[in-house]
Amino acid sequence: MTDAMIGLVALPLAGALATLLLPRSATAVAIGTGLAITVAAGLLLFGVATQGALHYEIGGWSAGLGIALRADGLSALLLLMTALVMLAASVYASAYFSTVSERARFWPLWLLLWTSLNALLLSGDLFNLYVTLELLGLSAVALASLGGKRAAVAAALRYLLVGLLGSMMFLAGVGLIYAGYGTLDLAQLALAIGAGPVAWTALALMTAGLLLKTALFPLHFWLPPAHASASAPVSAVLSALVVKAAFYLVLRLWLDVFANVVTPAAADLLGVLGAGAVLWGSWRALQAERLKLLAAWSTVAQLGYLFLFFPLLLALPPGPARELAAGGLVMLALTHGFAKASLFLAIGIIQQRCGHDTIRELDGTAQRLPATTFAIALAGVALIGLPPSGAFLGKWQLLAGAVATGQWVWLVVTAIGSLLAAAYIVRVLGHAFGHRPYPNLPVSVAREEWPALLLAAMAALVLGLAGAPVWGLLEIGT
Amino acid sequence: MNWDAWLPVLVVASSLLPGLVIFFLREGSHRLRTALNLAGAILKLLLVGILIWGVFHEHVYESRWTLAPGLDLVLHADTLSVLFVTLSTVLWLVTTIYAIGYLENAPHRSRFFGFFSLCVSATVGLALAGNLFTFVIFFELLTLVTYPLVAHRGTPEAVRGARIYLTYTLGGGMLLLIGTVWLHVLAGPTAFVEGGTLGSLPAEYHPQLKMIFLLLIMGLGVKAALVPLHGWLPHAMVAPAPVSALLHAVAVVKAGAFGIVRVVYDVYGVNFADQLGLLTGLGIAAAVTIVYGSVMALLQDNLKKRLAYSTVSQVSYIALGTAILGPIGTIGGIVHLVHQGIMKITLFFAAGNYAETLGIHKVSEMNGVGRRMPATTLAFSVAALGMIGVPPVAGFVSKWYLGLGALEAGMAAWVMPVLIASSVLNAAYFLPVLYRAWFREPGPAWPAEHIPAARFETSATLLWPPVVTAMLALAAGLFAAAPYSPLEWATLIAHREYGL
Repeated sequence: MTDAMIGLVALPLAGALATLLLPRSATAVAIGTGLAITVAAGLLLFGVATQGALHYEIGGWSAGLGIALRADGLSALLLLMTALVMLAASVYASAYFSTVSERARFWPLWLLLWTSLNALLLSGDLFNLYVTLELLGLSAVALASLGGKRAAVAAALRYLLVGLLGSMMFLAGVGLIYAGYGTLDLAQLALAIGAGPVAWTALALMTAGLLLKTALFPLHFWLPPAHASASAPVSAVLSALVVKAAFYLVLRLWLDVFANVVTPAAADLLGVLGAGAVLWGSWRALQAERLKLLAAWSTVAQLGYLFLFFPLLLALPPGPARELAAGGLVMLALTHGFAKASLFLAIGIIQQRCGHDTIRELDGTAQRLPATTFAIALAGVALIGLPPSGAFLGKWQLLAGAVATGQWVWLVVTAIGSLLAAAYIVRVLGHAFGHRPYPNLPVSVAREEWPALLLAAMAALVLGLAGAPVWGLLEIGT
Repeated sequence: MNWDAWLPVLVVASSLLPGLVIFFLREGSHRLRTALNLAGAILKLLLVGILIWGVFHEHVYESRWTLAPGLDLVLHADTLSVLFVTLSTVLWLVTTIYAIGYLENAPHRSRFFGFFSLCVSATVGLALAGNLFTFVIFFELLTLVTYPLVAHRGTPEAVRGARIYLTYTLGGGMLLLIGTVWLHVLAGPTAFVEGGTLGSLPAEYHPQLKMIFLLLIMGLGVKAALVPLHGWLPHAMVAPAPVSALLHAVAVVKAGAFGIVRVVYDVYGVNFADQLGLLTGLGIAAAVTIVYGSVMALLQDNLKKRLAYSTVSQVSYIALGTAILGPIGTIGGIVHLVHQGIMKITLFFAAGNYAETLGIHKVSEMNGVGRRMPATTLAFSVAALGMIGVPPVAGFVSKWYLGLGALEAGMAAWVMPVLIASSVLNAAYFLPVLYRAWFREPGPAWPAEHIPAARFETSATLLWPPVVTAMLALAAGLFAAAPYSPLEWATLIAHREYGL
């Protein structure tokens, strides 16, 4: 199964080079690579489920000198989600970009982004995490600026600066850790680190950098313009995966590596910021005039929910109740990944067919683009957190944790956020169902509609109805 | 294959799968769509027949699927669920036939019938839910799949009505969800067990249990249209007639009432709920709703709106019966679940017939309509008289048991005046309609005659459903003592609930 780990990094990297060298058959190469990566991610998950957490040292160099890859239940799940979302978005992109030159610029960066995502999720030490984070940020910025429009370039530039600032803060924290403990290996650090000024400062620096990258309120200012002006497949992946990679690191640091260092008060702070994100993001999504802005603000809100779990996780005693809550957190993150990707892909279809994405002028979309509207509705079910989506199970655990620990304020925030989410989704659907006769039906492109539909079905049906194994997988730690 | 575990799943799937297939049919494939719809409805009826027989003989049908650790999706058939499943299945079959006629040549029929089937699947799933968690899932699903049906026409009015509907029901759903989660944290998975399970919890939980009860009933009360949570219902009238019929008789409103019955009897236990002092509050809310709905119905000229407010009033009889301690009151409440459904669906079918055939939407336009459409008007009259409580129509049986139950429970002092006032008001808003329809001279022309009188007064698919349901309403009253009648079944439920 270690082959699968190597494959997850090597395949997209090789694919990126191949698409660079063979621009004419880039699409075929990219889709083929994507299929291979997805198989590898599936195998890895199977391996982790059957054999437990996996560890591999490249070239036999042990931690400290060489590069070590590691995978546990959490990273294997996120790797598979990444693979499925990227594959669906790749199929979509093969129809979305019509000219050869567009594709030739798109595919190498796309596969590079995929490489850095996979490498980040497999990294076992802080320095590699820093490198992959930087690589991820750069490839994301490059993809976001591909549209070439003025707004896209301006937003991408801001995205670049924010990303660099975030990475630098992260690197400063890494430096402190190395100076203090002499190792960057996560497993070794988890044993060595104790509460103290060095650990606190390092954690604060790294967390601040990551919060900037994951766009937690009030550091979210860069996200809506960047995500709303990129092309549809890129927006999908930025919102579904890239911000979540930074969130994954926060989760790792807070719950695994720095578990002895974090305090309930610090977790409460994250919870408060998360609550701000939920309320402000949902409110702005409700006010948005364009679909893509709505989706981007919704990402700000949805990331907020994930941070609401931190005060609960720290208040719950280690044991089944805490594992249930942690599973709910991951379930919510996975569902959002699929749902948000689907939403952005569907919006892309509307934008291409109607020439705009102004919500007020969407009347009649349900009649003209039934499959796309259905995808938006399904993704909406998952974003609101209604059954049978995975988000329903996630929010259930969030509410249960809030009740069990007596932290009622998070319950109220979740309830208000969900109702606001319902309001902004219904606003779109209300217009879509509206009446406006159209003489000619537009051509529907299956390669665009199916990825959006399947991703939405993953979020709204599969994860909710068949997601129980997630809790078992998460218990497979490092 | 384990038949006992699969039967509840099949009952849900027999409408779910045809519904999903119908989404993908082209608009033109009218026959295939009709065949799928009817095949699903008839298959469901057969399966439900087996279910009734099995449950009567104390056979256990249960399917279980784990969604997350400690959270199981459970479908379980007991006497109460079978009652509701049977009602939904029979009325779905009738409504499907009606809708096929009603929507002839209308646009987006695949979408309509797809969601229509999903709506019934959600209702049946909710009826068969074996624990509160499963109930919440199907309750929310029902909200989702009825939204496109209410918005179906796509007019600004329809979209607005649907938005109001969704605002209310999602808000209610959130309260229900919070209550359910709270209860789950307190007491673990809450399975529906006859007689309730919460009575065994220690006394220090009682204040929390009262709060939870309030949350649950408020959440359910939105769908059940308990005043002041009923505001969505008159707006949802913009839906096509078959949708209104289904919404009022079986699906949405009834789901809320059914949930109240479940929570009181099978979660808290009626004796424990009474011990906590929760039944009085519920009874007062029901009584206020009954009177308020009737008064509002009196003020409406729009026929469908009058019927809508009548629903507000009539559905609360079920909650009232729940609040009356003792088996007789229980029987009255539960049997009204069925009786109100049959009678109300007849009224909505008839109202739809008037609108489709002659363009009549208002009570004031109904002068002499009995001469032009005698069969429809006869069905309407039977159902209206039943609503008032005139024997031998089904509604009389419900009111009789409610009154008797109140006497037995020593609550007659306030239940009786409510019942009498409501019956008087029912008569006040239904009898003038009947008088106009039968005895006034018709005007020179109907508002908009769409379907000319030929062999029947309107097309056959529109005519037979109300006639059949009116006969059912009559039969449920005339043969109330026959085996397997709604009353007998409600008696069986009450016996099992009280452990008699």
